Amino acid sequence: MKENAVLEMKNIHKSFPGVRALQGVDFTLCKSEIHALMGENGAGKSTLIKVLTGVYEKDEGEIFLDGLDKPAVIRSPQDAQNLGISTVYQEITLCPNLTVAENMYIGRGSAKLTNWKKMNEDADRILNNLGIPAKASHQLSDCSIAIQQMVAIARAVDMDCKVLILDEPTSSLDESEVEKLFGLMRDLRSRGVGIIFVTHFLDQVYEVCDKITVLRDGQLVGEYVIEDLPRVKLVAKMLGKELDDMEEIKDDTQVYKGEDEYVFEAEKLQSDAGIKPFDFHIKKGEVNGFTGLLGSGRSECVRAIFCADKVIGGVVKIKNKVVKLTKPLDAMKNGIAYLPEDRKIDGIVGDLSVRDNLILAAQVLRGPFKPFSRAEANRFADEYIKLLEIKTASADTPIKSLSGGNQQKVILGRWLLTHPDYLILDEPTRGIDIGTKIEIQKLVLKLASEGMSVTFISSETDEMLRTCSRLVVLRDRKVVGELSGEDLTQSKVMETIAGGEAS
Amino acid sequence: MTKKKMFFSSRQIFIPIAALILLALFNLAVDPSFFKITLGHNSAGDPVLTGYLMTILDYGSEVAILAIGMTLVTAACGGQDISVGAAVAIAGSVILRVLVGIGGDGTLQAPILVGFLAACVVSMLFGAFNGVLVAIFKIQPMVATLILYTAGRSIAAWINNNELPIVTDKTFTYFGGFIPGIPIPTPFFLAVVCILITLLVLRFTTLGLYTQAVGINSSSSRLNGLNPEFIKFLSFVILGLCVAVVGLIKTSRLSTINYSVIAKDIEMDAILAVALGGNVLSGGKFNIMASIVGAYVIQFLTTTLYKFNVSSDALPAYKAVVVILLVVLSAPAVKDKLMSVIKKQKGVG
Repeated sequence: MKENAVLEMKNIHKSFPGVRALQGVDFTLCKSEIHALMGENGAGKSTLIKVLTGVYEKDEGEIFLDGLDKPAVIRSPQDAQNLGISTVYQEITLCPNLTVAENMYIGRGSAKLTNWKKMNEDADRILNNLGIPAKASHQLSDCSIAIQQMVAIARAVDMDCKVLILDEPTSSLDESEVEKLFGLMRDLRSRGVGIIFVTHFLDQVYEVCDKITVLRDGQLVGEYVIEDLPRVKLVAKMLGKELDDMEEIKDDTQVYKGEDEYVFEAEKLQSDAGIKPFDFHIKKGEVNGFTGLLGSGRSECVRAIFCADKVIGGVVKIKNKVVKLTKPLDAMKNGIAYLPEDRKIDGIVGDLSVRDNLILAAQVLRGPFKPFSRAEANRFADEYIKLLEIKTASADTPIKSLSGGNQQKVILGRWLLTHPDYLILDEPTRGIDIGTKIEIQKLVLKLASEGMSVTFISSETDEMLRTCSRLVVLRDRKVVGELSGEDLTQSKVMETIAGGEAS
Repeated sequence: MTKKKMFFSSRQIFIPIAALILLALFNLAVDPSFFKITLGHNSAGDPVLTGYLMTILDYGSEVAILAIGMTLVTAACGGQDISVGAAVAIAGSVILRVLVGIGGDGTLQAPILVGFLAACVVSMLFGAFNGVLVAIFKIQPMVATLILYTAGRSIAAWINNNELPIVTDKTFTYFGGFIPGIPIPTPFFLAVVCILITLLVLRFTTLGLYTQAVGINSSSSRLNGLNPEFIKFLSFVILGLCVAVVGLIKTSRLSTINYSVIAKDIEMDAILAVALGGNVLSGGKFNIMASIVGAYVIQFLTTTLYKFNVSSDALPAYKAVVVILLVVLSAPAVKDKLMSVIKKQKGVG
């Protein structure tokens, strides 16, 4: 082992049916360092972590730990814990209905009896030591998410961990909470703990990390000291190509130049999801978007258009004809397609194959007595897997075993297969890697240039500014403005979102 | 290696077939006469095949028919219908009420087909009742069907005013017995017809895809234009149809009915058939043929135990042991473990 290293993973291989998730990956973690593990979705970050924590058994390779003269055997998370490897996951995996102290000591030690007083005292001491503002006797669910996250870390630290893995710990934290977490991480580093930090946020990497290991397509790209790897290079390493100049994509593509026809118009549309009645229209070949803070009602607006929520009022015109839409199928029959915000809950049908997921909506439109033949379904599957460059072992693979970005592409393919006139994309790029994000944005613009109308929602304003020609701004479940042309700038959008009374 | 794994996970019908082979081998080793089939004559003088295998075909078919509907209910709703036995009693009672009537002399008052169709309608209505509770009121299937499970046999008795009508007409016995000149039990043919219809429906409609989609993710199914409530409802109505067929077979066997005993515990066999077929009891993907093979496996097991003179009181205990083994072996966790053991040995060798 290298000097100063606490952990060395050598030549790790791991395959799943049809996918080689890790191919000869090396990884070294030193004492007192925060080491970022970077890569796009499906690059093998989580597989590597899961091999290290015993969730998966590796096919090949060796793991060495400081203080052990032979390769470590890690078959279960329990083994990993006993060897001093602790993990804190993105989702809190503690029990919210127990106290902080109980959560810190649950499942540890073999004592049949618990000395509650001592346990609470010990817990308080540790929390104090680490500067975590929580009391041992508090119920965990009363603490903020950040504190819960920290309690999970405190638990890990107290178990004498040499290696601490933080898997996307910051995605549900706000800025000040992230700062607190970073403080804790730095403190632990000074105590000699090696920390593996998995995150999507580049800023955070550059704020706390010492080293970066980049993975791509299951292979090691390299290990870098943070000072030697500027951001642009990091992104290029992750993507395996130089980053396209994203600012340019809008200018590259053609703008649709057909007749100015209203594809969809709504007046005083209202759903039971609690949005104020709103007016909305979209022309053929137009790309527009709903923007606003999380919870401002932007998703509820498009859900009302697609009848995903119960519509309780308003007049809808499609191609200048008044229609009555009451359920998603009505909207689909009128050429509307909707890619939902929550991919897992509303989008994929997890156990079904990629093929069945692709044809589902088109099949429903065709009716229950005209099933696609096996050959037709296969043809569609092959066509869209190729068109959208979906990475899957085969069309028979269950969609749930694909990476997030590829699942999203399948759902997108599902709706493209229905050949909609009006496509609604609610957060199509959330949680997927930069490469796929750009692909999806380009695709949206290309579809629009061919005459499809698209409504695009994204939490990232710059993404919307790049794709949309008109933005509807929402605040507190109410439409508060509309921006187009010269007004489409970051600052103008912010201003409108914040509103007059705020400033 | 990956190919092998695909084989195991995608061909779930492998599980019940393996169980069937195991049971057959066991019988072959202990007493090969188990497989003897003799051609004899029944009391009416018609040629009939007898033997343990024929018993399995005969009684296994009842469970197989129910397993069709039970598989669909399981897949769509992620739960099971435990009122099937009671519903069979109702269906049988309706048939007798229409054919003989209260206080009848045993001669047919209506064509058998009419009696059967009446039973179909009534069974589908009761299926619809369960379906509404599950789909619209979102009650857990087992809890919802507990109502009919409790009340069903009383309703069956009430239909015939608690009398036990007896059918004297010979043709009525054909459905649960033998058609003159054909030495194979009729229930088997009825099962084959039901299976064929099911396969045709699955082939020429999208019922399979819709049911699985709803069972796996009903929220996303709705956003794809499906009506999850209707699909769940439909699965119960289809099960009702299966129940009517079994009601016909059961009453035909006796030419009468015993309200408290008819089709007793058959729901458990039907659910077991679904489980044995490797279908996930919490809904989603399904394989009807695997359930059907599972149904015959269960009857195979029951008949084997009978042959070894296990008393009918002790039968369920023995059955439970074997079923536990089979179900545990087919559980995903065990399968994965077995796969990794096989994999390791291959790696060494």
